[in-house]
Amino acid sequence: MPLPYYVSPEQMMKDKAEYARKGISRGRSLVTLEYGDGILLVAENPSTLLHKISEIYDRIAFAGVGKYNEFENLRIAGIRHADVKGYSYSRGDVTAKALANAYSQALGNIFTQDIKPFEVEVLVAEVGDANGARNEIYHILYDGTIEDERNYAAMGGQSDEIRRFLKDHHKEGMELGDAVQLGVRALTVTQNKTLTERDLEVAVLDRTKARRKFRRIPLEALGQLLGTAR
Amino acid sequence: MDERWRSLFNDYSNSSFLDVLRRESPHLIPGHEAPQAAAAPEPIHGTTVLSVRYRDGVIMAGDRQATAGYQVASRRIEKIFKSDELSGVGIAGAAGPAMEMAKLFQTELEHYEKVEGENLSLEGKANRLSQMIRMNLPAAMQGLVVVPIFAGFDEKAGLGRLFKYDITGGRYEETNFDAQGSGSKDARDSLKKLWKRDMSRDEALRVTLEALIDAADEDVGTGGPDLVRGIFPSVKTITRSGFGDVPDDEVRRLCEAILAERSRSGNGA
Repeated sequence: MPLPYYVSPEQMMKDKAEYARKGISRGRSLVTLEYGDGILLVAENPSTLLHKISEIYDRIAFAGVGKYNEFENLRIAGIRHADVKGYSYSRGDVTAKALANAYSQALGNIFTQDIKPFEVEVLVAEVGDANGARNEIYHILYDGTIEDERNYAAMGGQSDEIRRFLKDHHKEGMELGDAVQLGVRALTVTQNKTLTERDLEVAVLDRTKARRKFRRIPLEALGQLLGTAR
Repeated sequence: MDERWRSLFNDYSNSSFLDVLRRESPHLIPGHEAPQAAAAPEPIHGTTVLSVRYRDGVIMAGDRQATAGYQVASRRIEKIFKSDELSGVGIAGAAGPAMEMAKLFQTELEHYEKVEGENLSLEGKANRLSQMIRMNLPAAMQGLVVVPIFAGFDEKAGLGRLFKYDITGGRYEETNFDAQGSGSKDARDSLKKLWKRDMSRDEALRVTLEALIDAADEDVGTGGPDLVRGIFPSVKTITRSGFGDVPDDEVRRLCEAILAERSRSGNGA
């Protein structure tokens, strides 16, 4: 009979956290900024087909970094949660807070109960109404830790440096173009390269839009916003 | 493949909101518990909804009146629903289940779009609606019939298309126009004489309203333009650039012109 080996719970959690953090830091980063008309999401993502940013509901968007299959699963679960809730109550009752809590529970459970934790961080953003309601940005870590962020948020590989950069440079009520440029500069703050519109996935929650506020910014428009249009 | 993987794949490949509901909250599905009463309650079925194809796409329109027996139940209900950017449903039949079905259908299309990142084809949407109507069959047998019309702009084919249904979910594509509801025969008769190939938006709007006014004229269950209260048929256009409302003012002007002309010529006296 093999001897059962003992690992202290403390050590086990530490190992899992390190494993998850390593996985996440290998991936590219993503930033979110509040701007004048809503919330902007900018991800470094050369693929035009595999998205990191997605629509969840009328005023709610999702973003994930880390392992694609894992955050894709969470994304779909989020859409289901939101659609069932909106269908059985009303569209206005679907909130980012409830969704962020659900993600936090799910990730927390996976972290403590499964052998392998999810190597992801996800973000749930909800744009406020035109009548001055405040935007909400929730950032959920691989172990279910949940934070509500203000003005800006960063996830992925070099998120600490990016956050520091955004802290110094973010201004309230920016124009979309300025916000996009700031977002892209933030993504390159730790690396010596320039990102063009082809390396980026950009979307906004635009409060001036009718019911569904989520909008992807297509390549051409993005080029113009970046001022690199040829 | 072992059982675990199979379920994972089935689950993952599934972009249907209806299936999510069926699995997680079956009590929310319309028609889930069909009424068992032997004597069917009086259905609300006074309605005319119609769809007309024209140069840029399709027009959908419907009257605004709901009836319960010989009573007017509501004067301004909406019977044409936007199902997504490029399609709409006009509901006819029992109002409650029909509206519930329209709402479920909207959510179904939006859910698919969000999960998959692209739209269902028009054919796919029409089929999905057909399956929902079939689900309602037990309720339909008890008298709660729902028979919508569905129309939209087919991006691949580059034209407007329209579909009608029967209570079993049977789906029939019509090429030029169709109407549904208690006044549908009158509306169709009218359209048969007035419809032309390749109509402009203005021509098509005119033809649509002529048909609705004819239906209201002949069918007690269909409401006509109500000049006193300012209630007019709801008219929508679905084209390449999306689902749009025809403003009430424009509908009012057209209705007034049609009625004035009829009164001048003695037509319909």
